[in-house]
Amino acid sequence: MALDLEQFHEAFFEEAFEALDTMESALLKLNIGNPEPELVNTIFRVAHSIKGGSATFGFTEVASFTHTLETLLDELRGGRMQVTRGLSDLLLKSVDVMREMLRSVQHKTPIDPQRVADLQFDLELAILQKNQAPAAAPELPDVAPAPTPDAALPTMPATAILGQRRWQIGFRPYPQLLLRGNDPLRLLRELHELGSLEVEVDISGLPALSEMNTEDCYLAWNLVLTSEVTRDVIAQVFDWAEGDCKLEIVEIKSGLAERTAPPSAVVVPIGIASAHEAQIEVATTATLEPAAEQGRSQGASPATPSPAQGGSDSGSIRVSTEKIDEIMNTVGEIVITQSMLSQLGSSMEGPLAEQLRSGLAQLERNVRELQEGVMRVRMLPISFVFSRFPRMVRDLSHRLGKEIELKLTGDTTELDKTVLEKIGDPLVHLVRNSIDHGIEKPDIRRAAGKAAAGTVHLDAYHKGGNITVEVRDDGAGLDRDRILAKARERGLVGATEVPDDTAIYDLIFAAGFSTAEKTTDVSGRGVGLDVVRRNVQELGGTIEIRTERGKGSCFTITLPLTLAIVDGQSVAVGSETYIVPLTTIIESMQLKPSMVNRIAGRGEVFLFRDGYVPVVRLHQVFGVKPRTHELHEGLLMIVEGEGRRVGLFVDDLLGQQQVVIKSLETNYRRVEGVSGATILGDGSVALILDVPGLIRFAAERLAA
Amino acid sequence: MMEGANRTKQVLTFILGMETYGVDILLVQEIRGWSQVTRIPQTPPHVLGVLNLRGSIVPIVDLRMRFRLERAEYTAVTVIIVLSVETSSGRRDLGVVVDGVSDVIDIKAVDLKPAPDLGSQVSTEFIQGLMTVGENMVMLLDIDRLVGGDIGDVVMPPKVANG
Repeated sequence: MALDLEQFHEAFFEEAFEALDTMESALLKLNIGNPEPELVNTIFRVAHSIKGGSATFGFTEVASFTHTLETLLDELRGGRMQVTRGLSDLLLKSVDVMREMLRSVQHKTPIDPQRVADLQFDLELAILQKNQAPAAAPELPDVAPAPTPDAALPTMPATAILGQRRWQIGFRPYPQLLLRGNDPLRLLRELHELGSLEVEVDISGLPALSEMNTEDCYLAWNLVLTSEVTRDVIAQVFDWAEGDCKLEIVEIKSGLAERTAPPSAVVVPIGIASAHEAQIEVATTATLEPAAEQGRSQGASPATPSPAQGGSDSGSIRVSTEKIDEIMNTVGEIVITQSMLSQLGSSMEGPLAEQLRSGLAQLERNVRELQEGVMRVRMLPISFVFSRFPRMVRDLSHRLGKEIELKLTGDTTELDKTVLEKIGDPLVHLVRNSIDHGIEKPDIRRAAGKAAAGTVHLDAYHKGGNITVEVRDDGAGLDRDRILAKARERGLVGATEVPDDTAIYDLIFAAGFSTAEKTTDVSGRGVGLDVVRRNVQELGGTIEIRTERGKGSCFTITLPLTLAIVDGQSVAVGSETYIVPLTTIIESMQLKPSMVNRIAGRGEVFLFRDGYVPVVRLHQVFGVKPRTHELHEGLLMIVEGEGRRVGLFVDDLLGQQQVVIKSLETNYRRVEGVSGATILGDGSVALILDVPGLIRFAAERLAA
Repeated sequence: MMEGANRTKQVLTFILGMETYGVDILLVQEIRGWSQVTRIPQTPPHVLGVLNLRGSIVPIVDLRMRFRLERAEYTAVTVIIVLSVETSSGRRDLGVVVDGVSDVIDIKAVDLKPAPDLGSQVSTEFIQGLMTVGENMVMLLDIDRLVGGDIGDVVMPPKVANG
């Protein structure tokens, strides 16, 4: 087949990963012992569509694994199996394995086959055990499990009851079948798995070679299937081909009649949802509800391998971020042009000037709304990040023998996609930290007069122009004395020095600092909070901690809503203007000459609060001619990056403003100490300082 | 490079000191008057800085300094030719500062003569070829090479300015 299926791979992966997330969250919501049918159906649909898709694309390992999983899920769906804690764990593990398999296929990396095989074995065992249980109902066993020798067993008892039936299947694909990602061979193979299959191909539709379109399907098949399965099992095989073929399933009557006699023939020219549903109602007896559900979701997007989203179709479209960024850029330009016009307008005089100014004011308002609107398009709810925590907390508390209740609030709070992507890992770190170090074991908690189950609370909300995310726990809180002792031991704090509480708690963000008595595999290696702080700072945010011994601690992360805009302080050095991000600035001050000391005749330092801070002359680092070389004639701006503070010497402060960040790398390259550029109101370019980079760069230069 | 000896292409010619250079007109985005640029730290001296060109930040190169010609004062007639070049890392724009633009000419591939090797004192690496227009010699620039070896990669050794 000449069709290049690869063009559909990305869409398949994207949708499959999304579907797995749906499946995971459904599994977590599943009640042990009393599963909601709707959830079970959702889970089943995901497995089914991933199986179909991966088989189509030839990802045989994934298909085989999901096939086994689907078999098990079908047992669940039919109520022939109970949802136990163990089974739910097994299913969650299967989600992980499927995710890994798909990822390895996507990136063409090898996968550990043993792990997959082990899990598949466990799944098969679970199916087998159910069949040995007396509760096993003699219902249709659907499809045979994966082709391993012992897995063939469970279908045996059921076979004897229903008996063999012969089905005449007319399968006439429309030309576009192949283009929709359907492989007739796969369909035939799947039918073959159901029983013995006689295949007859109809080539009457085949045009002359010269008229043939390589991506069209011209063949049709007449099939006779001898199997014990019901009509809808056969119809299910063709699920993905709905709308792309004419399907006729007729039973060849020979002896055994069914309980409810289905109509003798069902012609299925599908494509319109309602028509399809009607067909399902006629054909189905046993599994009406899920099949109809499926029909609905497929009617919307005919036969591309799109995993059903559990009815969460919210009328949205998928747009590449690139397109949004383009619009964002254009809007940024409009903002600049508009501010240029406003400046011009304010200096105009004459009878029309007032009209012009009011027009410009109107324009300004509209442009601002447009900018906010585009920015909102890039915003996603933080639930995208929060959704991974229920699973994580469940697994961790299991492993550590703790009882933990996870509370998520404010998960509809929206923030920029880029920020969202980068805040996930730091949050995971913090939650792990809370579970491992914060929450105590149930007996200790009870002894302390607290509820046995600890609470980890993630809360997100807007505050000012920022978003705040809190990770709160009601655990043991930080041990002030232990941190101080540890810090003294490591020489971070002098033996006689007594820092205030905030300074002590700040120490836990120092690199390699851990007070855990023993290292666990969850946390305690001392890698962590310093990385968390660095990540947060890279996003232009801040992190703080509040804690009370015995009551718990709370980490508060404050983040900008977007990375496209930064609140900046403009400073002047000579004829140049630079923008310093506001979040990095601690204080600005004027120095008296007496406050500055020299170290070894070179490095200048001055006393700021309780420590000496080096002076970095911006004009020196950037090679600009300054207005003044005298420290007391200019201004010193105390800035902080990666935990280091320096006093940045500039000529003057100009003003604060929000600026749109533009990349220098698009047309040029990365420049040390500069994170980007922006366009000022007069159309000129100003560089935005990368404060941590600048501090590093200045230190290297001083050392050289 | 010799795609049909009779194929013609249009070349924008411009003046640098006493010399005339040319660039493929398809690479030219716009021609604009000189305006003050924003300086960028840690760049070679001929990269003057960056300008805002319709919302994107574009580096500006002084071709006189690039070719080690005598430096000229920037006046009202100094122009910036904005070029758009395809590089390995995508499309890049850059502006080159020249004394003035002169003409658009049609040239045939056969008219293009290779630059003779003038030894180490004169660099011909950015010259794609020479041609004669009227009584003048025009040097056709190899912009791809100019951009590839110049703007993107070369980093001058850091040098501490004396403050």
